[in-house]
Amino acid sequence: MVATDKTAPVTAPRVAISQATVRNAALFVLSVLAVFWLQPATPIRQMDFWLPVASLSLAVIVWAATSPAFATSWRPGRQTLIDASVIAAVVLAVAALRFVEPLSSFVTRSRPPDVFVVAVALVIVAGLALLAGRAIGPRPAWTTALVIALITMLVVLKWEPLTQAFAALLRLTQSQSTAQASAFDVRWLGFSYIFFRLVSALRERAAGKLPSMTLREFVTYVVFFPALIAGPIDRPERFVKDLRANYVFNLADATEGARRIATGLFKKFVIADLIAIFALNEVNAAQTQGAGWTWLLVYAYAFRIYFDFSGYTDIAIGVGRVFGVKLPENFKLPYLKPNLTQFWNSWHMTLAQWFRAYYFNPLTRALRTRQWQMTAIILAGQLTTMLLIGLWHGITWNFAIWGLWHGAGLFIHNRWSDFAKTRLAIPPERPRLQQAVNVLGIVLTFHFVALGWIWFALPSVPLSLYVFGKLIGL
Amino acid sequence: MSVDRRTVLRLLAKVLALFIALNVLFALMNPLPALGRISLYNGLVPGRERLPYGDDPAKAYNLSLYNLDAMFASQRLSRGAKPADEFRVLLIGDSSTWGWLLQNADTTAGLINAKNLKTGDGRAVRAYNVGYPIMSLTKDLLMLSRAMAYEPDMIVWLTTLESFPSNKQLTHPIVLNNADAVRSLITDYQLRSDPNDPAFVNPAVLGRTVVGQRRSIADWLRLQLYGPLWGATGIDQYIPAEFEPAHRDLEADESFKAMQPPTLSKDALAFDVLGAGARMAADAGVPMLIVNEPILISQGKNSDTRYNFFYPRWAYDQYRELLRDHTAEDGIPYLDLWDLVPQEEFTNSAVHLTPTGSRMLADRLAEAIVSQR
Repeated sequence: MVATDKTAPVTAPRVAISQATVRNAALFVLSVLAVFWLQPATPIRQMDFWLPVASLSLAVIVWAATSPAFATSWRPGRQTLIDASVIAAVVLAVAALRFVEPLSSFVTRSRPPDVFVVAVALVIVAGLALLAGRAIGPRPAWTTALVIALITMLVVLKWEPLTQAFAALLRLTQSQSTAQASAFDVRWLGFSYIFFRLVSALRERAAGKLPSMTLREFVTYVVFFPALIAGPIDRPERFVKDLRANYVFNLADATEGARRIATGLFKKFVIADLIAIFALNEVNAAQTQGAGWTWLLVYAYAFRIYFDFSGYTDIAIGVGRVFGVKLPENFKLPYLKPNLTQFWNSWHMTLAQWFRAYYFNPLTRALRTRQWQMTAIILAGQLTTMLLIGLWHGITWNFAIWGLWHGAGLFIHNRWSDFAKTRLAIPPERPRLQQAVNVLGIVLTFHFVALGWIWFALPSVPLSLYVFGKLIGL
Repeated sequence: MSVDRRTVLRLLAKVLALFIALNVLFALMNPLPALGRISLYNGLVPGRERLPYGDDPAKAYNLSLYNLDAMFASQRLSRGAKPADEFRVLLIGDSSTWGWLLQNADTTAGLINAKNLKTGDGRAVRAYNVGYPIMSLTKDLLMLSRAMAYEPDMIVWLTTLESFPSNKQLTHPIVLNNADAVRSLITDYQLRSDPNDPAFVNPAVLGRTVVGQRRSIADWLRLQLYGPLWGATGIDQYIPAEFEPAHRDLEADESFKAMQPPTLSKDALAFDVLGAGARMAADAGVPMLIVNEPILISQGKNSDTRYNFFYPRWAYDQYRELLRDHTAEDGIPYLDLWDLVPQEEFTNSAVHLTPTGSRMLADRLAEAIVSQR
C-alpha cells in the first residue's frame, strides 16, 4: 500500500463515502476524457490525440516525481495501479474509436492513431514516470529540473519562431510538409494552465508542503475539466481538500452552481460576444476614424475581455460547485477598484496569487538578503513579475510592454501610496473628500487598465502607437 | 443557503412556464417587423448609405439579413421626414447599383449626390441607393414596394437580362424569406409567379417562436451592433486589394439559362414584374426611368459568340429589343446604356463597375434625371 492511500477518509458515513467515491471517479474519468474532447483540431495529423496524451503524461510524470510513493520503492501501490489503468483504459478506448467508424471522430477531432502505437507510448510514459519517481522522489530539490523543463516547453509554445520550429519537427514525425509549418499548428489546449498546476505541485513538493495525493487526485487536479481552458488556478492542497471532503449531493450547492453557470453563459455568450463586435482588434483599429470612436473601441475591449474571462470563470466555478469542488474566485469587480494594486488583487486573482507565491515573494526575499534597497526591490519585483505575466500570454513585444505598463503602474502606485499616507492623508471627518478621491481613483485606474489593453489586444507596437495617437486626435 | 427540493421544482416549473408563454406569445404576435423598426441607425449612429449586405461581417461591419424593416430602418432613407427642398430619387437594382467593390462615394448614388444637382424649382436632387446584390426583378419589386413609403420624387430602376428569367424570380433567400410580402405582390399585381411556390419559407408554429426565430433576432441585434463601427469607419463592405477579374475569354456556349438560339422567348422573362413596378410608381404618381445597365462587352476569346460570362450575343440582343418595345408600349421612359462603359472599367463581374465606370454611368443618369424631372 502506498502512503497516499492512507489519506482517504475512513470515518465518514457510508452513504457519504459512496457518493464521494462516485463523484471522484466521475470527475477523474470526465477530466481525462475532456482533455481529448476539448482539444481543437490541428493541421498536424493526429496531434489532436497526441497533445492531450502529452498533457496526461506530464501530469503522471510530475505526480510520480512529487509522490513519496516512489522515493523508496520501484513498486507502485494497488491504488496507483488502478488509477494508472483507468487512465490507460480511457486513452486506449479513445484510440480504439478509430475502429468504430461513425464514432472515430466523436471524442477527438480526427481519427485517432493506431492502438498499438498508443499502447507503446503509454508503456514509455509509465517508464518515464517510474524513472522520474525514483530519480526525483527521494531528492525534492531535483524538482527544479522538471520546473526548468516545463518553462522550456512554455517558452517553445509561446514564442512564435520556436513554436514554428517545433511544429516543423512534429510535421516531420507525421511525414507532413515542413514548409507549411506554422505556430497555429501546435494549439495545445490548456497547457498554460496545466503548466501552473504542475509547477505549483513541484514547488510545493520542494518546499515539503505538497500533500500526499493519489494519482487519480493529482490528475484530476491538473486537468480538472471545468478549469482546463481558462482557470482558475487552484492550489493542490486546497483542491485535494475538496476531493477528500465528505461529499453528499447538496441541492443548495447545485442550485448555486447552476446560477453561476447561467451567469457565466450570459456574460460570455451574450454580453462579451456582442461587445466583441465593436471591440478593439487589429481590423477595427486600422479602419476606425476619429478619436471618439477609437475610445469606444478601447472601452468596448475593456468590458469585452472582462465579461469574456469572468464569464468563463463563472462557468468553471459553477460546474465545480455542482460537483462539490469550490474553485477559487478569479474576479471581484476589478473595474471598481480605486487603485492598480487593488485591481490586481481582483483581476485574474489566482494568476496574481500564483506569481506572488512562486516568483515575487521568493525574489523579494532573495533581494532582501542581498541588501538591496526597498525601493529597488519593489521596482525589480513588480516590473519583472508583471513582465512575466505579460510574456505568459505570448512572447511578443506587445505582451512584454503590457506587462511593463502594469509593473510600472504598480510601482508608481506603491510609491505614491507611501507618499500620500504620510503627507496627504484625508482626515476621517471629511468622508465626502475621501469618497471623491475614491471615485477619481476608480476612473484613473480603469483608464490606466483600459489603455493598457491596447498593447494586449493588438499584435504590433506600431499599430498600438497608431491607436494611442488616434485617441488623442493625431 | 438552504434550498429544498420543492422550491427548486417550483422554480423550474415557473421558468418553464415563462419560457413557453414567451415563445407562444412571440409566435402569435410576430414582433419581428416591429423589432426591425427599432434601430440605432439614423439616431445614435448615422444611417447606412446602402442596404445591409455582407459576406464578411468582421471586416465589412455589415451582414445579410431578411428583415426588410430592419434593413430599411438602417438606411439613410429612414432619417426622418423628407425635407421640403429635396428631390428624392431612388435607385433600384442589383449588385451593380448597390456598388459591389465600390466605396459608397463611388456608387452611382454617391456620384450623383456629389454633383449637387438642383431641379428647376430649386430642390436638391438627392439619390438613395436601394440596390441589393441579388439579380431578380421580383427582389427589385419587393424593395421598391418598401421604398415607396419614403415619398420618392423619381425612381430609377437599373436592370439587366440576368434579373429577368421567370424561373429564377423566386430562388433568392431574401425573396423566399419574405413570403407574405412577395405573395401580396404576386396577388395584387397578378404576377405569373406561383404564390404557393413550395420554395417560400413558411415557418410552422415552432419556427415562429423565439427559438425558431433566433437567427432573425440575432441578425437584427448584430446589425445594430455593427452600427457604431459603421459610424466609426464609414466602411460597409470589405474591398480586397486584389480580386479575380471578370472573364474576358469566354466559352463557345450559345445557351442562356437552358435557352438556345435563335429566339429568346418573352414568356420566359418576367416582364410582368417590370410592368408591376411601373404601375406601382404610376399609381403613386412617381415618374420612373428604366435603365438597361452597362455590361462588359468582351473582346476576348469567343467574344463573337458571347458578350460576356452571362450573355450570349443572340439572347442579349433580343432582350434589348424586347425591353425597348415593352417600355415603349407601356410608355415608360427607358434608357439603354448597355455599351456605355468600356470593358476595362469592369471589376470582377460583367456588371460590376470600377469607380471610373461608375462615374460614366452616374454622369448619364444625372443628365437623365435632370431632363426627366
